[in-house]
Amino acid sequence: MTVEQQLLPLNGIARADTGHYRGDHLLLAEMVERGSKVLDVGCGDGDLLQLLESRGIDGRGIELSREGVNRCVSKGLAVVQGDADTDLINYPDDAFDYVILSQTLQATRQPRVVLENMLRIGRRAIVSFPNFGFWKMRLQLLVGGHMPRTDNLPATWYDTPNIHFCTIKDFVQLCDEISVKMERAVALDLYGRPLRLNAPWWFWNMFGEQGVFLLSRAGH
Amino acid sequence: MVQVKSIPSPAIHAEERSQEADHPTSQVALFGPDQPLALDCGIDLKPFQIAYQTYGELNADRSNAILICHALTSDQHVANVHPLTGKPGWWETMVGPGRPLDTDSYFIVCANVIGGCMGSTGPASTNPATGKPWGLDFPIITIPDMVRAQGMLLDRLGIDTLFCVVGGSMGGMQALQWTAAYPKRVFSTLAIACSTRHSAQNIAFHELGRQAVMADPDWHSGRYFEKGTHPHRGLGVARMAAHITYLSDAALHRKFGRRMQDRELPTFSFDADFQVESYLRYQGSSFVERFDANSYLYLTRAMDYFDIAADHNGVLAQAFRGVPTRFCVVSFTSDWLFPTPESRALVHALNASSARVSFAEIETDRGHDAFLLDVPEFFDISRAFLQSAGTARGLGKRA
Repeated sequence: MTVEQQLLPLNGIARADTGHYRGDHLLLAEMVERGSKVLDVGCGDGDLLQLLESRGIDGRGIELSREGVNRCVSKGLAVVQGDADTDLINYPDDAFDYVILSQTLQATRQPRVVLENMLRIGRRAIVSFPNFGFWKMRLQLLVGGHMPRTDNLPATWYDTPNIHFCTIKDFVQLCDEISVKMERAVALDLYGRPLRLNAPWWFWNMFGEQGVFLLSRAGH
Repeated sequence: MVQVKSIPSPAIHAEERSQEADHPTSQVALFGPDQPLALDCGIDLKPFQIAYQTYGELNADRSNAILICHALTSDQHVANVHPLTGKPGWWETMVGPGRPLDTDSYFIVCANVIGGCMGSTGPASTNPATGKPWGLDFPIITIPDMVRAQGMLLDRLGIDTLFCVVGGSMGGMQALQWTAAYPKRVFSTLAIACSTRHSAQNIAFHELGRQAVMADPDWHSGRYFEKGTHPHRGLGVARMAAHITYLSDAALHRKFGRRMQDRELPTFSFDADFQVESYLRYQGSSFVERFDANSYLYLTRAMDYFDIAADHNGVLAQAFRGVPTRFCVVSFTSDWLFPTPESRALVHALNASSARVSFAEIETDRGHDAFLLDVPEFFDISRAFLQSAGTARGLGKRA
């Protein structure tokens, strides 16, 4: 597997602009070519969409919560209320250049179907998700004997919306199973910084707090 | 015998209403016999006129025009005192300096729909062939007919492309029809509390209203002008029934509950003991003062016939295929006349057409009428949508 070189500062983003955007959003935005058309699935309050639009990208969003949708629309963003599991089916093939799923995969009922739909609707998909193989998670389960909780995933097991956690290794395996081509993969540490690129997969799986993958259809 | 009171005769008389129908207190665009309005029913309506109001100023490159499409029983008097009732305009919360539809930035046009009774040609207007009101000789009109007439008005005003077409309820139907029929003339569309087709339940409510009008002996098969009457009882009942559909159970309960009207005990009669009865009677009687009964028949019929998908092989997405227009669709949680699933179906079709669409459902207990009321979240969303569209259109705020 070949993975493109990842350097800081991120290409195309001036350092001065990076202050108020989340590290993973900057990385996602940098993966998207300017002038392209993007669907952000589970767009929350629209922060990533605003970043994309500021870069001349035609961004659209789907968000489950009414409050989130209304906050996005109040910012002038093209966002509709909808569910990744049930509403992606309404979009035609090749409607977008990129479909982004940021920190939402683990909350879907059918992650595999969602992923397949993303790559049907878009030429490329970008997925970021919390890595359940992160050492802090492992340690909590191994030593603490309880379901892991972190600053980014503070919910208890009984009220979490996250029903399909996976590790970076699991996700890579799913991509192989459904013949998805990995164009680029990045693991971010606890502070949203990319991990050393030449590190082996087990290192990423242990020390990556989240994984970010740029995917395309196999055979393209 | 148990005492019965019905809806009182209107204080505003037929002469005043018919004056407004032919010679309105608005600007009027006259279209002569050489410029007929080709109606869907196959008839060319000629001559005809459109009464309209404007607010704000058209900019030099004519790019800041917003068309407001009014709902079933409103009219072109959006943000000025109504000439018949003396009440403020029906959307003054939304339209004016600094309001979401900002008259400092946009040139706003609202025209009375064809078939209406406030100055655009309709059944209350004088039929030039007979010198008498059209009555039921007026041809059946449709939502696309209304839009076609508005298009002719905009041609007359020299407006090629609308910055935005805005409407709620029947106005939203027109806004969607505008976009489907003339996508290149519409830069953005704000469709509120509406649907791409009138539901069976809504057709049923309209039929109830029409039958109430027709059952009134004062209707005289639509020739009440000649008999010197007006079917105010039938039209009042129609309005009362319709008004219930504009509200919600929760809103009625909050406003009135089971409270009594100026009394503590039931009168054991059919008098309006309950506040909600008194309120509905007031709604009925104030409506008949300003509205023509035949016009009510025609406009409800136009809504019944509305079905955009039917004009596109039954596939809604085809109606909006390749449409460059930016959409904002808004629904209200307690609206059971045009419930959220209707808006969601529209949004799915727009997504399937790859249109740029925002869709917000607003939480309120005020029912369908919420779009006419002071709902801050709705205003914020409308304002932001227009500002974002304005940026894309290159509109700057006027100095």
